Amino acid sequence: MVKQRELNGQNDLLLDVQGLKTWFYTRDGVVKAVDGVSLQLRRGEILGLVGESGSGKSVTGFSIMGLVGERGKVHADRMMFDGYDLTQASAEQMRSLRGNRLAMIFQDPMMTLNPTLRIDTQMIEAVQAHEKVSRRAARDRSLEVLRMVGIPAPEARLKAYPHHLSGGMRQRIAIAIALLNSPKLIIADEPTTALDVTIQGQILYEVQKLCREMGTALIWITHDLALVYGLADRMAVMYAGHIVESTSTAALIERPMHPYTHGLMASIPSLGTRGQPLFQIPGSTPSLLNLPAGCAFRSRCYRADAQCAHAPSLQAVGEDHLVSCWHSGEQT
Amino acid sequence: MSRVVQTGPEAIAAAEPAVRIETSRWRRFVAQYVSSKAAVISLVVLLLAIAAAVLAPWISPQNPYDLASLDILDAKLPPGSKNFDGSLTYWLGTDGQARDVLSAILYGMRTSLLVGFVSVTAAFLIGAAVGLIAAYFGGRMDAFLMRLVDMQLSFPSILVALVLLAALGKGVDKVIIALIVVQWAYFARAARAAAIVERNKEYVEAASCMALSWHRILWRHVFPNCIPPLMVIATIDLAHAIALEATLSFLGVGVPVTEPSLGMLISNGFEFLLSGTYWICFFPGIALAIVVVSINLVGDHLRDILNPRNEV
Amino acid sequence: MSAELIMQVEGLRRDYVQPSDFIDFIGRKLRGQGKPPPVQAVMGVDLDIRHGEVLAVVGESGCGKTTLGRMLTGIIPPTAGRVLYKGRDIAGLNSAARREYELAVQMIFQDPYSSLNPRMRVGDIIGEAPVVHGLVSRAERDEYVSSLLRKVGLDPDYRERYPHQFSGGQRQRVGVARALALKPSIIVCDEAVAALDVSIQAQVLNLFMDLRRDFDLTYVFISHNLGVVSHISDRVAIMYLGRVVELAATEQIFARANHPYTQALLKELPVLSAGKRQFDPISGELPSPANPPAGCAFHPRCPMAMPKCRAERPVLQEVAAGHWSACHLNDAPAASKATGPGTPVAGTQREDSPHTETA
Repeated sequence: MVKQRELNGQNDLLLDVQGLKTWFYTRDGVVKAVDGVSLQLRRGEILGLVGESGSGKSVTGFSIMGLVGERGKVHADRMMFDGYDLTQASAEQMRSLRGNRLAMIFQDPMMTLNPTLRIDTQMIEAVQAHEKVSRRAARDRSLEVLRMVGIPAPEARLKAYPHHLSGGMRQRIAIAIALLNSPKLIIADEPTTALDVTIQGQILYEVQKLCREMGTALIWITHDLALVYGLADRMAVMYAGHIVESTSTAALIERPMHPYTHGLMASIPSLGTRGQPLFQIPGSTPSLLNLPAGCAFRSRCYRADAQCAHAPSLQAVGEDHLVSCWHSGEQT
Repeated sequence: MSRVVQTGPEAIAAAEPAVRIETSRWRRFVAQYVSSKAAVISLVVLLLAIAAAVLAPWISPQNPYDLASLDILDAKLPPGSKNFDGSLTYWLGTDGQARDVLSAILYGMRTSLLVGFVSVTAAFLIGAAVGLIAAYFGGRMDAFLMRLVDMQLSFPSILVALVLLAALGKGVDKVIIALIVVQWAYFARAARAAAIVERNKEYVEAASCMALSWHRILWRHVFPNCIPPLMVIATIDLAHAIALEATLSFLGVGVPVTEPSLGMLISNGFEFLLSGTYWICFFPGIALAIVVVSINLVGDHLRDILNPRNEV
Repeated sequence: MSAELIMQVEGLRRDYVQPSDFIDFIGRKLRGQGKPPPVQAVMGVDLDIRHGEVLAVVGESGCGKTTLGRMLTGIIPPTAGRVLYKGRDIAGLNSAARREYELAVQMIFQDPYSSLNPRMRVGDIIGEAPVVHGLVSRAERDEYVSSLLRKVGLDPDYRERYPHQFSGGQRQRVGVARALALKPSIIVCDEAVAALDVSIQAQVLNLFMDLRRDFDLTYVFISHNLGVVSHISDRVAIMYLGRVVELAATEQIFARANHPYTQALLKELPVLSAGKRQFDPISGELPSPANPPAGCAFHPRCPMAMPKCRAERPVLQEVAAGHWSACHLNDAPAASKATGPGTPVAGTQREDSPHTETA
């Protein structure tokens, strides 16, 4: 495994994941949803984890949180968060970390919100689950975070039920709940995908502000490269359970090295692509049941050759730029 | 809205990678069904019961309703005894009229299962038609039909059946009619609920966009997708119908003496239950219980695997 | 592409009656109220669709674009207004001509998972309607379906398969084949690529463009994604709360958006370039059609709202050749017209959280 950055001590790294593998044992075979992923995150850093469906990006997030169901087996060479070893953590320890130092925001806010409980009940419960405080104090904390995410008239919102609120409002409350206990890391799994464009803009604005103010680290999982580039410090692109490219946002946009990243960016329709057919990556994501040996992207790659029958691994191609490809940087 | 929003615990499952399913639906269904041993055993038992009932005239040792073949001296013989000349073994004994209990059970099961299957099938078709039409057209049609269903469901089924049979008289066909009247409403309600969900799906909109007629859409597009919940109700209702018919026969208003069902056999044997000749009532009761329980177990397991949330 | 109009809609309106049960009815009677007012999903839309063009209809939730699409294809009847196909009012057509219109306008749906009947084979899904309507005979059906599958880039052998055996992108292709099977003139794409991954989206968009050329099709492309719209469409209509607020050629909209809502949408459009974005979102929530704001529907969120905007609803005016916009800023003689996306307009820069809620 290539250690992305050699640092003075490990204290600077908030999250250190090496060799994460999450395999699902189904009736039809083993599905290697995540097959050797390494991530490192400093405090206060924002990482954009980009991939299409089947890339394993969401499963990576769930694996770190310990939310993978029974059918999946999570194994990592190393998974350290804020000094805790997540691979050795018991269910009790994970429960005390989740919602406390490690929070998650889901695509559908109704995964966070209980439709039968009022907002204040849920938020107070979330606070009191991790800290012995009075109801009054928990309620005050709830009001404070609601204001932080830019919700007007928060007292009224506290008394409401989730079905009284719009989708955008619910997602903001879900974000507020994630912030209640001042987490060190938030993992956001496509939180704005189901929201309208103007609401999406509001939420991105709030999240950017909050991460700067509170120094929270963030992993933003998305399929939309363009959406997250303005927010993230670093980006990692996933394909078929592997990270294929990982670097700072600026470097990724200016100099994509991996053919998949390059193809992805070239496929995005815009005013500039008018009048010609869009660049298309041929074929579709392979079934993760029986991935052929060698590079997973081989069958769709315009740079593929005989060498690609051996699976490449992440190599450093520049300062702080990792790519998993034998032909990185080549143009057609 | 840009993407299909995934809700609930399925979202974590759905985040599991895109795996193209190659096996056919039928094979997966069978694989899921055999995962429960209890359900497989119940299905086997049920199929044996049905086979036995269908083949009753050929496999039963004696035709208990052919009066010529009965010898009154053989009445109330205990299980295992032989008849006068040793040609016939009464495995389960004989009843008060010297009928072989085993044969009577086979013939009785025939009637019980016949009544059950026919009434459930007819109630299924009638109820499904009503429910689908109510869901598809909505508005006043829906309100009117559902009020009929509500009225039907507000009366206890045994009461309605009793009243109907009092008016219609005895007979297997009359019992079937009474059971249909009592059961159709459950199917109507389930069919309507399923159809309302399907009606809003885009493939139904696509069908109407292609200018297909309403009956074609209902019958070939909506109905096949409503079958799973209806199948579950049908299986459980079958058990219910058989039990209900047994109750009616026990009370003496169901099937005639010439075509007894398991319930009637139980009724006939009831008076003997505590007087030492328990087998006349006991064995038909066991048979009834086995049939009803196996149908229930099959229906239970079907409900679990046909649950749309489990569908990939 | 001729300028001949293949379809026109005038004053198209669609109301939904709020469902109320018996108790509700009694409650209203006791309070002296009549029936609850209907919700206007589409409040009066006029559109011309030119032969061979790609007309994009853009908007967010509650703008009525989905309802508009359904009305164009005949899935939902309009409450008011008329639809003219090839110059003739469809309400007055005899049954044969009516049938011709119904088959001529087809739709491709958003959700690849619920737009195909899970219990039907793909061959039946595509081949059912053409046989029913007599476009192909039963004997020719298989060959017809195979040729359609080939056209959309799928293996003809797949017609024996069920939808669940395909990926999302492949299912959308089946949906395209199904629409094409009826030999339509107009295809309404209702967020047809929204649920697809970027790489698959590119394939399907290229397919749309090829088919347009091969079959002389006209598209009404409903989408919320301005990036896709900028690539594929000839003209764009922006909808907000049931009405069209701006209509122009694509280049016009992107270079010189007039309506403040359009400008806000364009600001959200990410352009891939290095450097952090400074997010400057528009405030407020999307209004609900059940409770529309008075006057101009956008005024509670508009950074340039004037008192007139609250009082009077603006109508579509031609602000340049072929460029229509419904905004009072165009009325005032010395109005400061916004010039393009991202250009700061006086009074819009906010430092802090700018959210204001509408009632």
